[in-house]
Amino acid sequence: MTVLSDAWTYLTTSANWTGDAGMLHLLLQQLLLTVTALAIALVIGLPIALWLGHLGRGGFLAINISNIGRAVPTFALLALFVTADFPGTGVLGPFGRAGLATLFALALFALPPLITNSYVAVREVPAEVKQAADGMGMTGLQKFLRVELPLALPLVMSGVRLALVQVWATATIAALVAGPGLGRVITDGFFRTNYGKGIAGAIVVGLVALVLELIAATLQRLADPMRGARAGRTPGGPGMSVTSPTVEPSADTVGAQ
Amino acid sequence: MLGASADGPTCYSRLTNEWICGQYVTDRREELQHATLEHLEITALAVLLGILIAFPLALAARRFHPLESTILGIATGIYTIPSLALLPLMVPFTGLSKTTVVIALALYALTILVRSVLEGLRAVPEEVVESATGLGYGAGRLLFRVELPLALPVIMAGLRVATVSTVALTTIGSLVAYGGLGNLIKDGVQTNFRAELFTAAVLCVVLAVALDVIIVLAQRLLTPWTRGVRA
Repeated sequence: MTVLSDAWTYLTTSANWTGDAGMLHLLLQQLLLTVTALAIALVIGLPIALWLGHLGRGGFLAINISNIGRAVPTFALLALFVTADFPGTGVLGPFGRAGLATLFALALFALPPLITNSYVAVREVPAEVKQAADGMGMTGLQKFLRVELPLALPLVMSGVRLALVQVWATATIAALVAGPGLGRVITDGFFRTNYGKGIAGAIVVGLVALVLELIAATLQRLADPMRGARAGRTPGGPGMSVTSPTVEPSADTVGAQ
Repeated sequence: MLGASADGPTCYSRLTNEWICGQYVTDRREELQHATLEHLEITALAVLLGILIAFPLALAARRFHPLESTILGIATGIYTIPSLALLPLMVPFTGLSKTTVVIALALYALTILVRSVLEGLRAVPEEVVESATGLGYGAGRLLFRVELPLALPVIMAGLRVATVSTVALTTIGSLVAYGGLGNLIKDGVQTNFRAELFTAAVLCVVLAVALDVIIVLAQRLLTPWTRGVRA
């Protein structure tokens, strides 16, 4: 395949990495976009979802907001934000007009996995543990902070991990509205039928996604309060897997009734 | 006042350029219908193809344990490829065609479906499988008469997620001109045509919600026993 060797040539030419339109600059732009969007989503979504999980109410709301969120095409959202008058047409900060629109669209895109996972995580802390906390005379807030939150953390982190990788991969569509990021390399190569370049861009995005996934997996493991307890257990012991499953399919059955 | 007279600019002219415009919907009805149908067609084909590939993969993963992590790993790996990149990656092989979009979207649906089929089958209680085996059910009959029906709620939940996200992702197909409503969205951005952009976006969401409702209803019909238990 000549395309693949073209991609290799593109990747190994240092001129393609440097400068304002270079891949390194675009990569950093996209990373900044991803991290900021995720941070916004975390600040908005986490407190609400966690507290609703603590109250054990609003499950219908949490799950259904997630489902509707998934139905809204990020591209459409992005297109709406770019075309709208708000928030002005000037260049805003390091993101620029299209970048800011991407930021909003991505933050909204990150909300569904965060909300679903966090809600379910707190909700599914075993009832015995909650009762024990009540029996020890903990107040609602104490129970939430000292018992539910630590136990829910691994699953919450798995939601963050899912959101991180998805946001990173989706950030490439900013290029469809002339926004920043590695998507530029992909669309550029594509529209000029320089497929080698397009594939080179895709490879870089994929590799960074894997690196982010590894970092997130490590963080998730560190966030597990039972880490030490589990290490002491006999290998192959019953139950408890180290990596919590993402709640995707089973979580949706909650709202399916 | 512009737009007031019958012959003057309508709400979707360049002068007013309104977001919500009934006139646009009636005037361009055919265009909208065509785009919606194309969207529906691509989504349906992609999800069907996804199911067709996901089922044997999930069954293989369940039967041969060493394969399980490999299959799940590859399926997850596909998900990290950005949708914007997967299409260009496939163009050298399949060209600028509908096939390209359908295959790419099927690969994404696959990730969700393989997982849910596996999880669904795992959720079937051991006792049920044992009693069916005791009644003399062979592997094939056990799978289709006992395990699959019991796994259906979880599988259908996965199918809902896969379908809804495929509807959303289909818009990216506009990159190779087969994006259904995505084509209109793209055109709307390029020509700053708000009514077109907004209408197409809303239709996307409506389509996703409608398909979701259909799947939920189908699930109710297919698994009548789940209703009695919950009530």
